[in-house]
Amino acid sequence: MGKYIFKRVLLAIVTIFIVCFITFFTMNAIPGGPFAGEKAKSPEVQAALEKRFNLDKPVGEQFVIYMKNLLHGDFGISAKTGREISETIGSKFSVSAKLGIMAVLLAVFLGVVFGSIAALQRNRWPDRVIIFLSTLFTSLPSFVLGSFLLVIFSVKLGWVRAWSPTNQNLVLPVIALAMYPAAYITRLTKTSMLDVMGQDYVRTARAKGVAQWKVLFVHTLRNALIPVVTYLGPMIAGVLTGSLVVEQIFTIGGLGAEFVQSITNRDYPMIMGVTIFLAVFMVTMNLLTDIVYKLIDPRINLD
Amino acid sequence: MAKEAADVNKMPKKNPLSLQIDLQKFEKATDEEKKQADVMSESTSFFRDGMRKLRKNPLAMFSIVVLIAIILMITLVPVIVPYSYSDIITVNGKRDKSATNMAPFTYSKLEQQYIDEGGKVFPHIMGTDELGRDYFVRVAYGTRISLLVGVFASAIVLVIGVLYGSISGYFGGKVDLIMMRFVDVIYSLPDLLMIILLSVVLNEVLKFDGNGILARLGTNMISLFIVFGLLYWVGMARLVRGQILTIKQNEYVLAAKVSGAKSSRIIRRHILPNCISVIIISAALQIPSAIFTESFLSFISLGVKAPMPSLGSLASAARSGITTYTYKLVFPALMIGLITLAFNLLGDGLRDAFDPKLRR
Repeated sequence: MGKYIFKRVLLAIVTIFIVCFITFFTMNAIPGGPFAGEKAKSPEVQAALEKRFNLDKPVGEQFVIYMKNLLHGDFGISAKTGREISETIGSKFSVSAKLGIMAVLLAVFLGVVFGSIAALQRNRWPDRVIIFLSTLFTSLPSFVLGSFLLVIFSVKLGWVRAWSPTNQNLVLPVIALAMYPAAYITRLTKTSMLDVMGQDYVRTARAKGVAQWKVLFVHTLRNALIPVVTYLGPMIAGVLTGSLVVEQIFTIGGLGAEFVQSITNRDYPMIMGVTIFLAVFMVTMNLLTDIVYKLIDPRINLD
Repeated sequence: MAKEAADVNKMPKKNPLSLQIDLQKFEKATDEEKKQADVMSESTSFFRDGMRKLRKNPLAMFSIVVLIAIILMITLVPVIVPYSYSDIITVNGKRDKSATNMAPFTYSKLEQQYIDEGGKVFPHIMGTDELGRDYFVRVAYGTRISLLVGVFASAIVLVIGVLYGSISGYFGGKVDLIMMRFVDVIYSLPDLLMIILLSVVLNEVLKFDGNGILARLGTNMISLFIVFGLLYWVGMARLVRGQILTIKQNEYVLAAKVSGAKSSRIIRRHILPNCISVIIISAALQIPSAIFTESFLSFISLGVKAPMPSLGSLASAARSGITTYTYKLVFPALMIGLITLAFNLLGDGLRDAFDPKLRR
């Protein structure tokens, strides 16, 4: 187990390093540097700026400096606003994280409940309806669903007020983000439930007269949820990237909206910082998922 | 011998105590009865059997019909409808600047005037957009671009993934170990973030001249293809490798090896045909995922280059003024949903029909 965790952590560190490497050197390949877009500066100002941001040093050395700063939590400053990027990330990410956590919880809840119902009612109408709906929702990108939700419930019906700093109503964006993973988890839970329900230990439990609910919750569902755990990592990544557009639609001032804004503004230090931050977050989540997965299922061999 | 065999009815003389069956007690089968014993159904091949199962699957057949309808639409509409995707509507040779944001099946003042004078105007089936371009043609073109991107990206994934996976799986051992470590690293890179990054960079670095399809699609789509080629193939490579590791154990592969077949021949002739169904299903499911990615990128302004439409960029553009012109979001959203739904259902159907192992 220790060996497995060590290997997995090593892979995560290598991945994060590669992400930083790619991010830094691709951004450096852009001609002109981060200050080219601003209005013309005198050579002295230009030189001072370059000295301030170490742009006068060779690229390799710049990379080392950048990495060192990253380890200290210093992402540099935004080329557009001049503010500390780490500060922006810190303040905006809490909004996105709230949205993301709610979406993940809703998705897991809906997926497990409806997946179990579909498995228990196999080939009867609840199963067919649930599978039809889940197929439908896996075919709609979150931004399309989000736009429709906004138009129908917020504009046409006026049931839910749009998000603003004073009215932080996250119902619609959470639904828009959660439906795709919820549909996916539904299908995952259904197949894995059917699989577990055919296992010998479930039959044994039934045969020796264990109560129906106990068979369902203790013997079946607990084992059926193991494959769902593996999906948590990809789901968190999906929800995070999905929040890029969903925040834009519902005009929520989170990190996703900030990121999209920095892309439109061509704010390169900001793009770099947020990319690396999100990447580190996703890789860490994947790492945790993998370790949890191995911890809860002793049957999996560790190689 | 022949004479004896022909004379079945005659029983050879037998010992009264013998237990041998007395053939006289049996009736001869009539021709009709003989026919019943014939095997009526034709012998089927693996492919035919799969097709038969597929044809019995109403959802899969429905999605094939939908896909054919969509392909017909995107090939025929630009030919039939007399508007172009990039030009403002002209009435009687004059630019019609008032024909913006019209609802489906309505005419602008200029067009109405022209119709009253006896001219003919092709109806705007889906209305017009904010610049006064026919929306139906734009949606048809957008569907064409999105499908093209999806098919092309999944073809890239198919080629690289199959090559890499089959080499890694076939040779095994150290080669496999090193190649799979590489795959592990790529697999854990956050792909969408990398696409965004590369799109931003390539936008500045690459400049395309001329009028080729790549130049018109723009650098964003090229970076999408590049990233698909660099990152997305790992899923396919893992799948192919896993398949090959199991198929490799079969006796016929050993037989081929013993009789001196080269590695490339064994992979091509003996191993790949046996996992082709899994590969095709996975490639079919890759298409909607590529279309999703493309629409996502279009949405954050990293999509196809204007004036070229794609379903994602149309949906994204429709967001401004969505409250009054909701139909402009409905049409491209409907097309995205329809295409992904059709491919997903078709992929599921193919899996049920051709892959007994994955069948649930």
